[in-house]
Formats: sequence, structure tokens, C-alpha cells
Amino acid sequence: MSISNPSKSATSVLLEVHALTKKFGDFAANKGVNLVLEAGKIHALLGENGAGKSTLVKMIYGALQPTSGRIVWQGKELHIDNPAAARELGIGMVFQHFSLFEALTVAENISLALPAQLRNKDLNHRIASLSKDYGLPLNPDALVADLSVGERQRIEIVRCLLQEPRLLIMDEPTAVLTPQEAEALFATLNRLTNEGCAVLYISHRLEEVKQLCHDATILRHGEVVAQLDPQQETAATLAQHMVGTSVHQISRQSADNIGDVLLELQNLNQYSDTPFGVDLLGINLQVRSGEIVSIAGIAGNGQGELFAAISGETVNADRDAVTIQTMPCGQLGINARRQLQSAFVPEERNGHAAVGEFSLTENILLSHHAVRDGEVAVQNGWSGINRAELARINQHVSDTYDVRSASVDAEAGSLSGGNLQKFVVGRELDRKPKVLVINQPTWGVDAGAAALIRQVLIDLSRQGSAILVISQDLDEIFELSDRIAVISRGQLSAAYGASDMTREEIGLLMSGAHEKANLIQDQTGGI
Amino acid sequence: MQLILEKRAQASHFMHFASPLLAISLTVLLGGVIFSAMGQPPLTALYIYFVDPLTSLWAIEEVLVKAAPLVLIGVGLSITFRANVWNIGAEGQLTAGAILGAIIPIFFAQWQSPLALITMLALGMLGGAMLAAIPALLKTRFGVNEILTSLMLVYVAQLLLDWIIRGPWKDPHGYNFPKSVAFDGWHLIPTYGDGRVHMGLIIALLAALILYWLMTRTIKGFEVRVIGSAPRAGAFAGFSQTKMVWFCFLLSGALAGLAGIIEVAGPIGQLQPHISPNYGFTAIIVAFLGRLNPIGVIFAGLLLAISYIGGEGVQIELGISDKTAQVFQGMLLFFILMCDTLIHYRVRLLKPQGGAL
Repeated sequence: MSISNPSKSATSVLLEVHALTKKFGDFAANKGVNLVLEAGKIHALLGENGAGKSTLVKMIYGALQPTSGRIVWQGKELHIDNPAAARELGIGMVFQHFSLFEALTVAENISLALPAQLRNKDLNHRIASLSKDYGLPLNPDALVADLSVGERQRIEIVRCLLQEPRLLIMDEPTAVLTPQEAEALFATLNRLTNEGCAVLYISHRLEEVKQLCHDATILRHGEVVAQLDPQQETAATLAQHMVGTSVHQISRQSADNIGDVLLELQNLNQYSDTPFGVDLLGINLQVRSGEIVSIAGIAGNGQGELFAAISGETVNADRDAVTIQTMPCGQLGINARRQLQSAFVPEERNGHAAVGEFSLTENILLSHHAVRDGEVAVQNGWSGINRAELARINQHVSDTYDVRSASVDAEAGSLSGGNLQKFVVGRELDRKPKVLVINQPTWGVDAGAAALIRQVLIDLSRQGSAILVISQDLDEIFELSDRIAVISRGQLSAAYGASDMTREEIGLLMSGAHEKANLIQDQTGGI
Repeated sequence: MQLILEKRAQASHFMHFASPLLAISLTVLLGGVIFSAMGQPPLTALYIYFVDPLTSLWAIEEVLVKAAPLVLIGVGLSITFRANVWNIGAEGQLTAGAILGAIIPIFFAQWQSPLALITMLALGMLGGAMLAAIPALLKTRFGVNEILTSLMLVYVAQLLLDWIIRGPWKDPHGYNFPKSVAFDGWHLIPTYGDGRVHMGLIIALLAALILYWLMTRTIKGFEVRVIGSAPRAGAFAGFSQTKMVWFCFLLSGALAGLAGIIEVAGPIGQLQPHISPNYGFTAIIVAFLGRLNPIGVIFAGLLLAISYIGGEGVQIELGISDKTAQVFQGMLLFFILMCDTLIHYRVRLLKPQGGAL
């Protein structure tokens, strides 16, 4: 790294960023961003998806190089060439997606990322004492594969703490935690700041930002739009700064036309094919016409596996495990289930729900090729694909669900997250399904698109469809649901009326209050 | 100053087509350098290599003869690679097809009818498909890497051919040469006039057209592209990854086997230990140079066929080993893979950084 002339600054200022700009081709991900971080303070970085938060922190962490602008660390202007240089300065970062080897132990994982001089025999001891000290209990000899997501995050934090950071960057740390685990994390962060460490805290959970952070910088379209004290704001005003306009309020009439059971899971057991997948154990659930049932839970507790089992991407051995519209279909594939007027929206937009390098019309074909809802088939065996019909459906989806793209038949991968999500939701809703299963309907989607998606889900249910929502976002769950169930370690709690549930109760269920020990034993003694 | 690769927002359609042309230019350029390093006049050598094969009727015929198997195998591989299935063993499947198809002329020499020829071609396809079924089975049943198994089976097939042709299938009246009886009558592929160009060329072009139609117009082609681009989206669409592996191996194996029986029933006219100048491997380059598009494969097949004839040309006229052809083919594959980077990335000059920029 190269160090140039020092500039004057107050002693408590740790890091200054001046007019930082980062361009990818013609697109400016960051435009003239200024930011000041002070020792002993937690600074929130807010913004919608794509606002440029990640780009900014990656430049501070040395993972990206700015196109122009200055970074001043403790009064000295410098270039941070790579993350190793950043760590040497005392900048640590905990990423949203952990990079851990599941087959190794906690200590082995930590040692891999440490500079050689820190790798020595008493590492185990230091991990144990440091993690205990900061209220992040970890067993250095535990295998990562056996740990919960919250525990895995602790590994990443302890890994940073071992290098005695001056600045800790945290990217959406609570996205994967229960409310109780989040509280424990906040205590740790407060302790760190009391010791003089600075924290840069990225989140889009406004309530926790208000509770935790001393300052906030809000980004929109790569530019700083506000720098303020979050304690003085409400969640609504913060959201308004992020989005730029006030957010559409969702209208939701009470569900008064609850009808027949359209989707039923009956003692659904599904053992995972992969060593680190989650086994589904004895899942029972009914979703009726006219209602939205949500499944809350922390990521990685079997949501993906449950979605695959209900949709038929994974076929079950027991035909009665899944029943759609009175038809037992546990042994049927996804297209046979679609033919029972059901539709599915997976969590991952790009690569699962859609193929990024395909055009939008071709992506219509992806889930429509084996069903015939309209009068015209989209494809007919060897006689080929009906492109005109696909284009018509695409145009309709695009108009109805406000999908904004460069052209009506753009490559799916060129759409923004929110628009692609509106497209994949619209594509399924265009079939007017009687049963809809949707995994993380608004994950990483901008507020406007999220409001639209939630509204169309409510409207569909009120027209008599049965909707199952799998989500990690409690705000969303309370906004949408008539009943709520919670999944933890592959087991599903009973579904309770949404108005009777509190966040605390959901939090307890998330940490496994409903799990049955005998099922876990079955699992280990099972296969 | 520093060169960096920067990801493009969208794949470049221009580079998709320009990349093979750029790769060809770079190959010619480096080829010239290599010729001059060998002490040969580079321009003359390049002329003999690339232009001479197109200046005489005889040579053009030879180019077409060599293009036929390259296109036939290349179209099968282009679809296989599109689906992210890696059949590297087409050379072995070609050999297996030649062996199985040769049963008719060797053991049923008396059966002379158009049906005999059709049976030979069908057996050739069966032989290639059967050998290709082995890596498909190992891949789908046990998760064994198909690149290794399909490649290793090439040597199995070639040694099997070597053994039968020196042993049980040897022509009893052939003065102990390792050759089968010469095929004859309806056991040979019809040629055009007196030349060497045979019906295999039509079969190859027909295969390319059919597969182009399959890829662009049918749901099967869509399935190939979905599974190749995003396997999880394939599962969401209800397409089976396992069936796709089988489809690809059986299809590309059958086409390679067909190319094999056409070679021995065409230009060669009998079974012998060496029946192919690595057509099965060169077809991999053909598939990539043709952009994994069956129509593109036709042109790529012609170009690679020229490289064979050009290799012979420089050997005859300049006394350079005809292994030069392999060097050129290797360079071409290397450059095309390199240039394909430019479809998704652009090269930029990184200017020195500083506060005042």
C-alpha cells in the first residue's frame, strides 16, 4: 500500500472517505460518497438493494479499488490494495454470506484466515477465552457443520476480534439470527464500542438501527442522500429517505371466506441427499382456500428443502405426504403438481426461478411448458414452441405487474432484483393458481416492488386461492399472514392465528421450542 | 498502467461471433511466427497451409471428405457441451461404431442389398451409443466424472480394435497384414461420380440441420439450454438432469459411431488399426469454434478439415512434420477459449490511481 501526505483530523476520527466514486463501465455504483467514522461509535449504512452499500464497504475493505476519491485512515491518506492490507490496518469485516469449511472445526477455520504469526498452539485457548469474554460462546473443536447459523456468525466475528480490529464492518448481521440471538449480538457490539472500536453496520432493519446505532448514512442510487441521527427518526422517515418517496401502504381485508383445504402436508418426511442439507421431519400443515399461511424461520432450517418437497422438485416416497386439491401427489414431479392448478416461486430469482441469460419470453416457458391454462398451448410436442403465445403472456405479465426492463423481451439477468421478482411472481400469478407456494417473496427487493408483490398475494388469497409463504422477514410475515407456523431444524410448529402471535413467541419457536426430541433421535438412528 | 478484466453488464453478442474470428487470426499470426522460427518463409508456409487446399479440385474434395466426420461428431458434441455434459470420448465411440458396423461386411459378406448398408449404419450408431452409455451410467448412478471415464474408454476401444484386427477379424487372405477383408458393393458408402466425396457429407449436413431445428424449435432443445445454463432452473422446470446426461451421451455417441462406420465404409473401405486422425478429439475444437451451434459447426468443420490438408501440404512441400496440423488445432482451441473470455469481460487499462483524478 502506498501512503501519501497526511491530512489534519481530530483524534477520535478513525476513517474518512472523501468523494469516493466507483464506476463499473458507465454505471456509477458510488458517486462522490463522503463518510466519517469515529472510534467508539456504531455507524449505520442504510439503503435499498443496489443503493451501493456493498460497493462502498468493499472499497473500505480493499476488495474493490475506487475509481476516484480519497480514503483517510487515522489522518493518513492511503490506498487499501486488498483485504489483507485492510486487516493489517485493523479493519475487520463480517460478511453476510460466511466463507467457512463445514467439514473443518471452528479452530481450523479461524486459523486458515489468520496471518501466520497468530497461528500458534494456544489459538484454541484464545478462541475459547475471547469468545466467552465477548458473550459469543464457541467450542473451538466443534465441527462447523454441526453449528447453527448464529454460531457460524460468531466464528466470523471471533476471527475478526482475534486481530484486534479498530473498525468492524458488519453486513446485514441479523438477517440470519433469531430476535434473541440478535440481542446477544447487540450486547457484544456495544461492548466493542465501549472499548473504542468503531462499527460500520449495514442493515435494512430500521428498528434495530434506531435501537443500536449512533449515526446513520443513507445511500440512494450510489449517492449519500442523508446523514442523520437515527434516534431522532422514525422507521417511516428512515424508509422514506431510502426509497425517496413514501411507500405504498398495503390494504388487507380480513380473511372471511376461508374454504376447503387446498394444500395439505401429512407427516412429510424427507431426508436430505447431501451431508449438510436439512432433513424434514414429520411435517403437518393445512392451507385453506382464502388464507395466507406463513412459515417463519431462520435461514438454513429446512426452508429450501421444504419448498422442494412441496413443489415436487424433490419427489417423496409417500404419495400422501403432499396433497394438492384432494389429489395425493407426494410421488409426482413438479409439472404434474402444476397441472393441479398449483404454482411455485423459489427463493433464488436468478438461476432457479429464472435463467439469467435467457429472454423473458423464454423464461415464461420455463414454468409454463407442461401446463395448459389458456386456450392455446405454449408448446406442442414436436410441432414446437408457440412463441407468439409466450410473447403475449410476457406482455401481459409485464403490464399487469409493472415489470420494468430495457425492452419487453430483455435478458432476465439484466433486470433489477425487484423487477425480476415481479416478473417471476407475475409469471406464476398469471396462471391464476388455486395453490401458490412462494419462498422469500420479497427478499432483497426494493420497497416499492415488495409492496406490490405483497398486495397481489393478498388479493389472490382473497379471491379464494390457498397461499403458503416461506419467509425470514417477520415484518413481512405479520403484514401478510392469517396464520403463522415456524420451522426450525426441519421441524414445523403448529400454525397459530397471526393476531395471537408476538415476535417473542416466534423467536422462541425459531430456536426450537416445538421440536420433538424423539424425532431427532429417529433422525440419527434412522438411515 | 495495468490491464484488468472487467465483467460486462451483459454478454456481448458482438464478441460471441467475433471471438472465433479473432482466435483464427491469432492462430494464423502465431503460426507464422512458428514457421519462421522453424526456418521457413512464413508467408509461403501459411499460403501452403491455408490457401493451397482450396485451389485444386482434388484438395477441395479431400477437405469435404475430412469435414464430414468432423461435422457429424461436432454437432453431437455441440449439444452435449451446451447441456454441460462433457463427452470427451467421441474418438472411442467412433471406433466402437466402426467395429460394430463392420460385423456386416466381415461376417455377412454375401448379404448385398441397400438394407445391408442401412443395417451397418444403424449398428455403427448402436456401437457408439453403447460405449457412450458407460460414462453415462457411471455418472448418473455413482457420480463419476464423465470427462475421465469417457476419455479413458477411448483407449479401451482403440486397443479392442487393434486386437480384433490382428486376431479374429483379420483377412485370412491378407498376407498377415492387420486388416479386415476389403468391403465391397452395398457395404460401401456411395460416392459422387468417381471422386472420394461420399454420402456421409449429406448425412452430416442433414444431422446439423435436424439438430439445429431441435435446439431452436423444440422443447427438448430448450431443456438442453436450461440445464446447461442453470441446473436448478432445470429442476424448477421439471427437467431431469439424469435423463439429460443419458440423452447427450447416447446422441453424441451414436453420431460419433455413425461417423466411424462411415469412415471405414467410405474413404478407408475396410477395418484397420488406425481409422481416424483423431477426428473425435478435433471435433471438440469444431464444436467450440462453431459456437456450440449446429450451423456454426458446419463452417468450423470445414476450417478444421483444411488444417488437416494444410498439414499434409506443408509436409510434402516444405518437409515439415504433419504434426503441425495438431499444433495448429491446439493453438486454435487455446485461442478460442481465451477469446471467449471477452464475451463476458472487457479489457481495460487501469490508470494509476490518486486523489487528483
